[in-house]
Amino acid sequence: MKILVPVKRVVDYNVKVRVKPDQTGVDLANVKMSMNPFCEIAVEEAIRLKEQGAAEEIVVVSIGPAQAQETIRTALAMGADRGIHVTTDDAVESLAVAKILAKVVEEESPELVILGKQAIDGDVNATGQMLAALLGWPQATFAYKLDKTDAGFTVTREIDGGLQTVAISSPAIVTTDLRLNEPRYASLPNIMKAKRKPIDAKTPADFGIDTAPRLEVLKVAEPAKREAGIKVESAAELVDKLKNEAGVL
Amino acid sequence: MAILVIAEHDNATLNDATRAVVTAAKAIGGDVHVLVAGKDAGAVAEAASKLDGVAKVLHAEGDALEKKLAEAMETLVLSIADGYDAILAAASTTGKNFMPRVAAKLDVMQISEITAVEAPDTFERPIYAGNAMMTVKSNDAKKVITVRPTTFEKVGDGGSAAVETLDVPAPAASSEFVGEELSKSDRPELTAAKIVISGGRGMGNGENFAILEKVADKLGAAMGASRAAVDAGFVPNDWQVGQTGKVVAPELYIAVGISGAIQHLAGMKDSKVIVAINKDEEAPIFSVADYGLVADLFTAVPEFEAELEKAGV
Repeated sequence: MKILVPVKRVVDYNVKVRVKPDQTGVDLANVKMSMNPFCEIAVEEAIRLKEQGAAEEIVVVSIGPAQAQETIRTALAMGADRGIHVTTDDAVESLAVAKILAKVVEEESPELVILGKQAIDGDVNATGQMLAALLGWPQATFAYKLDKTDAGFTVTREIDGGLQTVAISSPAIVTTDLRLNEPRYASLPNIMKAKRKPIDAKTPADFGIDTAPRLEVLKVAEPAKREAGIKVESAAELVDKLKNEAGVL
Repeated sequence: MAILVIAEHDNATLNDATRAVVTAAKAIGGDVHVLVAGKDAGAVAEAASKLDGVAKVLHAEGDALEKKLAEAMETLVLSIADGYDAILAAASTTGKNFMPRVAAKLDVMQISEITAVEAPDTFERPIYAGNAMMTVKSNDAKKVITVRPTTFEKVGDGGSAAVETLDVPAPAASSEFVGEELSKSDRPELTAAKIVISGGRGMGNGENFAILEKVADKLGAAMGASRAAVDAGFVPNDWQVGQTGKVVAPELYIAVGISGAIQHLAGMKDSKVIVAINKDEEAPIFSVADYGLVADLFTAVPEFEAELEKAGV
């Protein structure tokens, strides 16, 4: 089985982003960037499938600026086999990403595409589902547990009320949730080895995909601030305030 | 202009999130139709027909619709999409699952988890875990939108829409429901509860959540948790409040032993009144709390419960 893992370079999850004063976006100058955490979980899951003997090759693809190559190298250092870098300096929306990925899938013919459920910058949560629809494939989003079966995959998903298990035929799309696994750190020898793994360079135009955005960003603003209230001295005072001041009891 | 709202339900009852989505649909403007897709979901279709401001209910029955599998929902929604200028669903795990499939097949960029309707083509939505709010204008002819239910008022009853039955097309791909483990609880559902009490890493272990449950029983509150408490295995994952978990906006949110990581705040900062109980007075949770109690939770929570008792709550 061949597995395709799309990965995205985003602002590191520990960074508190700041909105630009002119409200055109968030300030990305000199901000630490990393692989999207949900994508790391996707890479880890693919590597585990390979280690179990369920997969032979893991191909990592990233769509983004020159520096996205570092994100691909990170995945290669974790254990992926080769990379595809679709270079663009434009912000590419989920729909266009899914269209490019559909073309990559056409060329690579993987049986499984594992993606993060969402990127922690745009929080859109759509690329995997859109890719599945474009390909006419089944999907299992928000994966908590993934097993390869003869016909395809059995996936337990995190849903609002608890957990749900679905069986999907192969080829399929799986998107990862937080508790699917804990991604490994790349060892120094593997980081060195990853430098020699091949990365193919492409552009959206190579695939004939128009990446012009459909959503026009009018404004990016700070969220409404909540003012800190008061400190109470005791549980008795707390109950009194909730009952007589806030009126919520 | 006509707008399609896809109902959130469990085949027996209409989820209140649907009422919030109808409010968002009315803000866009136009005839609002509600699609109830399910199995033996006649009671839900009837409940939907009574929603205030709904002009028509479309009812589709099918085995694959019982759990609203994404592959089946995709073809069902597409079969009627031509008649609508906008298609809306709650940003629940169900809506998030199938709506992007619909958007991709319509060649539309989805507008995810909107928190406000500024104009029929302009919406506000959170990005970066709610650390920034983005206003976007959609240039697509048709809009595909998921709605964060907690930020919209819920419509009441008062309508009497006709219910039409829909034919169900074959699913887009092979997918089968195997089973589910739903958390059983007599408490209200987390996203619908008027009061929520949540525990964090400070609870120490899962057994200690018993002291919060006593308070929850007294208040008729739902139980929640921070990601730290869920990751540590103290409580089930569906208790998680935060950007990657559930977004709640109750009348009263009580955070116990929760430091207040930005991801957690993103999931509860729209609550009407926030109470924080934490022994670390520097904890960021106090910066959003209306009432903060700096105290050891293992003495403060039982005291709180006793005071509630005294106050006749």
